[in-house]
Amino acid sequence: MRSSGVSILFDRLSTTFSDLFRQMGGKAKISEKNVQDAVEQIKLALLEADVNLRVVRRFVNATLKEATGEHVLRSVSPGQQFVKIVHDRIVHLLGDEAAGLNLKGPDTTSVILLLGLQGSGKTTTASKLAARLKKEGRRPLLVAADLVRPAAVDQLVTLGSQIAVDVHSEKGAKDPVKVAKNGLKRGKKELYDTVIIDTSGRMHVDADLMKEIKSVFQAVKPDETLMVADAMTGQHAVDIAKSFDETVELSGVILSKFDSDTRGGAALSLKSITGKAIKFIGVGEKSDDLEPFVPERIASRILGMGDVVSLVEKA
Amino acid sequence: MFKWFRKKQKPGGLIRRLFQLGPHSEGFYEKLEDALIEADIKASIAMEISDELRNSSQAGKLSSPEELRSFVRDVISQMILTVNLDPENNDNAIYLVLGVNGVGKTTSMAKLARRWLDAGRSVSFAAGDTFRAAAVDQLAVHAGRLGIKIFQQGQGADPSAVIFDGLESIKAKGEGILLADTAGRMHNKSQLVKELQKIDRVIRSKVDDPSYRRILVIDATTGQNGIQQAEVFHQALGIDGIILSKYDSRARGGLALSISRTLGIPFAYMGTGEGYGDISPMDPEALVESIMSAIEG
Ligand SMILES: Nc1nc2c(ncn2[C@@H]2O[C@H](COP(=O)(O)OP(=O)(O)OP(=O)(O)O)[C@@H](O)[C@H]2O)c(=O)[nH]1
Ligand SMILES: Nc1nc2c(ncn2[C@@H]2O[C@H](COP(=O)(O)OP(=O)(O)OP(=O)(O)O)[C@@H](O)[C@H]2O)c(=O)[nH]1
Ligand SMILES: [Mg+2]
Ligand SMILES: [Mg+2]
Repeated sequence: MRSSGVSILFDRLSTTFSDLFRQMGGKAKISEKNVQDAVEQIKLALLEADVNLRVVRRFVNATLKEATGEHVLRSVSPGQQFVKIVHDRIVHLLGDEAAGLNLKGPDTTSVILLLGLQGSGKTTTASKLAARLKKEGRRPLLVAADLVRPAAVDQLVTLGSQIAVDVHSEKGAKDPVKVAKNGLKRGKKELYDTVIIDTSGRMHVDADLMKEIKSVFQAVKPDETLMVADAMTGQHAVDIAKSFDETVELSGVILSKFDSDTRGGAALSLKSITGKAIKFIGVGEKSDDLEPFVPERIASRILGMGDVVSLVEKA
Repeated sequence: MFKWFRKKQKPGGLIRRLFQLGPHSEGFYEKLEDALIEADIKASIAMEISDELRNSSQAGKLSSPEELRSFVRDVISQMILTVNLDPENNDNAIYLVLGVNGVGKTTSMAKLARRWLDAGRSVSFAAGDTFRAAAVDQLAVHAGRLGIKIFQQGQGADPSAVIFDGLESIKAKGEGILLADTAGRMHNKSQLVKELQKIDRVIRSKVDDPSYRRILVIDATTGQNGIQQAEVFHQALGIDGIILSKYDSRARGGLALSISRTLGIPFAYMGTGEGYGDISPMDPEALVESIMSAIEG
């Protein structure tokens, strides 16, 4: 992660507030303009991190009051306090604690359906989830229901064999709904406790493909319907998430490619717009590059603050 | 295809409302900047655009919503850089295709191959992604469908060696375009960027600069991070042009504006779907219209 953003926001805010206090001779009578400056800095930091503008507006309005309260302005370092409050609020919005998967007990078969835009990381994530569940003692079966992308089935079969997890695939199949159903049937019959279904990438604006994923969803009644989204997504993240959520009712989101240097504001946009938990983040291409989503860490990253917040906490 | 680009000749909602606010009010500029940012345009560039407008309105230039619209349009339009990367003559040429994971490198290669085959050229692939599961198979499926040759050594092979082989072969035959695939890699992983530089050195040792093009693929749904991607890869290799893939996502493509403006790298093509025909030269008009329609809501 780049640290430049860190100090920039932090310095700007500190300057805003210390100028303010110099002018006021330490007496807290803050003008509208001073507060507005600080809020403007926060807004800019969030936008630079790709948080959706509408989400930023809502956030700023809701935070303004608390973050400019008397106790902040009277404190030794109002700039730092201000940032901390903003940070804590983001953590709260992202979901105060990490959320895991909601699967049934190992004596029945649970279904995980993965979906999302093209290239977002579904197939890789399917194998990462399988590896993780296997390590936890479960018995997963991967289902290759992407019949569109060239060599998509080969890709899943290869990944499955790397982690020694079985893959259900059907040569020459044309209908993903059938493959998903057959995969689930086989999963139940052969006593796999989790069936993870990989689907082809689709644009949220493609009506036919959205209808198709709805049919898959209705056919397998998933316990977890997870949208895999790229952590580097920009302003458009909210439209994408809304479309998928309206079509299939998501149970959560996995954000891939967090090993890039994106600030990852998409996390905040997705969570605020859909209300769905972000369950994991992908941090690389290998099968164990999947981590639980830790709101604290992502909030600091969105604000570009690195460890500043923990320093403030100690101060 | 571009149904949502229906040209709006008349200024839409926001421009009218902006004009009513009056080009001198603060609210005016703030609303304009917000709309630009919502199209994924970098905040500092959004401010640059509104500053230009501020200066010109002071000169009393804008007297109607129509004028305001065409002014904004012109400012944006001047910022977008484009380039034609279709091969110009019948000499040998190599195109190295690179970018972060999953943006559409391999698929874009297949589309370019189709485009150049249709123009009567001989095209082949080098399977330089020897890392990702079934990446070689994916490219081989495309080669089979297109009926073209693919140079491959399988999973785990040295990508430079694969591409070198392909180069030797097209040179020996004296005609043809080689499209070389590379594994997706994050720009912030220096080891992986170094590997690209090694491939680049190998290619340069075999061919003259004019017949060697480096194409970066960027996903249109990407946010501000796209600027970093372009910056790092450009520094490492020198990028001749960018493919803006997945433009059918209806993301507004403000990223293209930010990259052109801040880095001076031109855009060559846009990808608009998964089919072979779904690529076209970057159309700055279409991009400007899509940003304008984002602004106007
Ligand atoms: N660096 C990094 N790469 C990732 C991550 N997750 C997936 N990838 C890579 O992103 C690319 C696309 O991943 P896939 O799993 O094929 O994506 P997909 O959503 O299945 O793609 P389609 O099936 O074509 O829609 C591959 O190169 C993966 O190795 C991640 O967390 N970090
Ligand atoms: N809708 C749409 N999908 C696209 C476009 N370009 C590529 N894709 C899809 O995006 C997914 C990823 O494309 P690839 O060509 O495999 O991407 P890549 O950059 O080679 O991926 P890695 O090699 O894994 O890094 C595939 O499902 C493609 O069909 C486009 O312009 N529009
Ligand atoms: Mg896939
Ligand atoms: Mg590829």
